[in-house]
Amino acid sequence: MQGDTLCEPDRRAARASEVAAGVMCMLFGCAGASRADYALNLPPPATGIARQIYDLHTLILWICAAILVVVFVPMVIALVRHRRSAGHVAHRFHDNLRLEILWTVIPVLILVGMAYPATKTVIEMKDWSASDMTIKVVGRQWKWEYEYVDEDLRFISTLSTPRSEIDNASAKNANYLLEVDRPLVVPTGAKIKLILTASDVIHAWWIPAFGVKQDAVPGFIRETWFRVDEPGTYRGQCAELCGVGHGFMPIVVEAVTPERFLSWKTEQRTQMAALKEASTREYTLTELVGHGEKVYAANCAVCHQANGGGVPPAFPPLDGSKLVAGPAGDHLDRVFNGRSGTAMQAFGPQLSDFDIAAVVTFERNSWSNRIGDMVQPAQVAALRKQP
Amino acid sequence: MHTATIDDSAHHDEHPYGLMRWVTTTNHKDIGTLYLWFSFVMFLAAGSMAMLIRMELFQPGLQLVQPELFNQLTTMHGLLMIFGAIMPAFVGFANWQVPLMIGAPDMAFPRLNNWSFWLLPVAATLLIASLFVPGGAVAGGWTLYPPLFIQGGIAYDMAILAMHILGLSSIMGAINIITTILNMRAPGMTMMKMPMFVWTWLITAYLLVAVMPVLACAITMLLTDRHFGTHFFDAAGGGDPVLFQHIFWFFGHPEVYIMILPAFGIISTIIPTFSRKPLFGYVSMVIAVASIAVLSFIVWAHHMFSTGMPLGGQLFFMYSTMLIAVPTGVKVFNWLATLWRGSISFETPMLFSLAVVCLFTLGGFSGLVLGLVPVDIQLQDTYYVVAHFHYVLFSGAAMSIMAGVYYWLPKWTGHMYDETVGKWHFWLTTIAFNVTFFPMHFLGLAGMPRRIPDYAMQFEGFNSIASVGAIVLGLSQLLFLYCVVKCIRGGAAAGDRPWDGADSLEWTLSSPPPYHSFAVPPQVR
Ligand SMILES: [Cu+2]
Repeated sequence: MQGDTLCEPDRRAARASEVAAGVMCMLFGCAGASRADYALNLPPPATGIARQIYDLHTLILWICAAILVVVFVPMVIALVRHRRSAGHVAHRFHDNLRLEILWTVIPVLILVGMAYPATKTVIEMKDWSASDMTIKVVGRQWKWEYEYVDEDLRFISTLSTPRSEIDNASAKNANYLLEVDRPLVVPTGAKIKLILTASDVIHAWWIPAFGVKQDAVPGFIRETWFRVDEPGTYRGQCAELCGVGHGFMPIVVEAVTPERFLSWKTEQRTQMAALKEASTREYTLTELVGHGEKVYAANCAVCHQANGGGVPPAFPPLDGSKLVAGPAGDHLDRVFNGRSGTAMQAFGPQLSDFDIAAVVTFERNSWSNRIGDMVQPAQVAALRKQP
Repeated sequence: MHTATIDDSAHHDEHPYGLMRWVTTTNHKDIGTLYLWFSFVMFLAAGSMAMLIRMELFQPGLQLVQPELFNQLTTMHGLLMIFGAIMPAFVGFANWQVPLMIGAPDMAFPRLNNWSFWLLPVAATLLIASLFVPGGAVAGGWTLYPPLFIQGGIAYDMAILAMHILGLSSIMGAINIITTILNMRAPGMTMMKMPMFVWTWLITAYLLVAVMPVLACAITMLLTDRHFGTHFFDAAGGGDPVLFQHIFWFFGHPEVYIMILPAFGIISTIIPTFSRKPLFGYVSMVIAVASIAVLSFIVWAHHMFSTGMPLGGQLFFMYSTMLIAVPTGVKVFNWLATLWRGSISFETPMLFSLAVVCLFTLGGFSGLVLGLVPVDIQLQDTYYVVAHFHYVLFSGAAMSIMAGVYYWLPKWTGHMYDETVGKWHFWLTTIAFNVTFFPMHFLGLAGMPRRIPDYAMQFEGFNSIASVGAIVLGLSQLLFLYCVVKCIRGGAAAGDRPWDGADSLEWTLSSPPPYHSFAVPPQVR
């Protein structure tokens, strides 16, 4: 969960943790430890705020270590020297006003010392004024939607780890569960303001290396900000329990130079135009099923499962489903508008006409479903025009 | 009141035998025993769930449990441990010990006492049965946050009902304890002569009476949101999901102290006994407990720093949270001063108590780290939080319960427990506990969210270690069961006062004590 480069002290820390790992492995004889790293501290900070948090944490850790010594050294001395088995006879004192006042006042002073730097950082974290760019983040079960406000650029970012890796059917790649189909791309050096909300339940947007974690609350707008200095890929996850797919909604941010960001934007525009274009064509059954399979894997398989079996009763099976076997119009309507009061969300606002047409067609012609008909993007467009 | 009890005592000694003795009992010792056994059964049930969770998390990928079941297991583990294991265990201690320690014949309301216990199995059955209804048990975490909680099936209504019943039981128990302590102390026992355990329970009982109704409100609002068209927590109808979190944690934070203050009471009883020295700073200890209780009402939103509070709110709750470190520190310092220049011996209850002092202090430190808003933003909802509250609730609360059981078992049964088995239980528990939970600090710092059924590759090492620790920790508790059962069935006679350093009133009675504790109220100097 860090930038791809490690600076010198971090490398030293990494070596230290390898040694620790070696010791742990000898102690516990655990297999497969070779591919895991035993990170002992916060990830290397990528923003100024994360740096401050890192330093604050280090400071408190040292203070706690000092208190630990002050508290436990006398305790160990007492446990060794004042044992009954060592023949020590108990004294009967049970009060010492001066001592008791002392160990009330000193902690207060230490706490004030901690509160001062913490307060400074909190104030800075809460200051999202004078930002260079605003991005709207919407949490959905279980994906993130990003919208570059004032840029007419909007896309959805979902987990791209193949199901077979999760089910242990194929080897896991290095970014297992921390990879998405479309990362959020931001320019380095710019103050990025995020405005967050959610469409269903509470989610939390979190990149450890940024020191940013903010709940996305349905029906409300929350704000936070970050400024990345170094180009790189930064990875995080949804941090608030949001249902079955909670462990499977990662966040990936790619920080690129401002020039590279401009060209990325142009690319996106062209791609979006192509997507719009794709939604105006007619397709064959094979084309629709082929594309629909990909859309299904990215959007539907978490609940309805790759084999269409679902997890009844919360997530009904699509294989042999009455709704799928019924008229295509009803089936399309359910996918487009969702079903309120259940986890079935409305995909109309999330997917393109082509995507929706393809996934409905795929569901009608997969597993044991052999309906044989199809839905064209034009039908979805017509549904979209309805009030 | 005292005279009436004396006159009646002889005929009260007649009680039904067999099962009916336990169903109809109004005796504080029988009810205490029921509470303790109930909580142990819940401890094993919820612990088994934790072991299943840890087995799934032994390596990346989904192996044993699918995400739906995983979320149910984490939620049920939390609910059963808190409401089924820890809280009833402390009420069990209160039932056994409060009358014995204040020189009372029984609790103030014996029939109410019977009720408050027998509600528990009903609630537990509802909760556990909800695992087997269509859709499975509650899966939104023990914190029950909406809107996720609104999405679930019938199990969610069963859980709400179960928690109402548990809350009712707790309130009844608390009222009983308050009345007993305030009205039934032996002549001469002024408030400031009460044993520390009684003090901590008096304050805990007030906390219970204050906050359990708040929980009841919160879950009733969830229920009406689910079924009766209200929108307390639904933005679309003018409500606010975060409102629930405020109400919940207004209950939830005092709840944490409800689970730790009686533990402080047990530790403050055991350490002086085995140091053969009076408790250091009795008065400051009482003040510390009371101020922790008062402060617990103004820190709740530190559980919610990442929800997006205004700056002023974050700063207020950060400062008030840090303040709690002061009275907590006073308690630890007082325990140390009690040890200092004592004549210390290391029987099992003392070993557990010393471990509690050390490990709870670590949990206090991680609490302080989490109290600072910027660091909390980084660590909220990670394994660091999981590590923190297990250091407080397992090595704080649960291990104090174990300490207390070993300490009073000779009094309760009349037999000495097996010291060798007890020590094995202690060392296995303490080592396995640290192997399980210490690595979780590192996992949280490195960025592993909590409540996920599967994780990224870099978290594998410490997760495997934690899982091995958890299995050993779970299995070690069978030693506890063995030791307790062995002690009940026989062993060396304990005598009235097996611990030479103990000086509270229960040790003046025989072991086990007579069915009615103090038929004649003792005179306290
Ligand atoms: Cu989420």
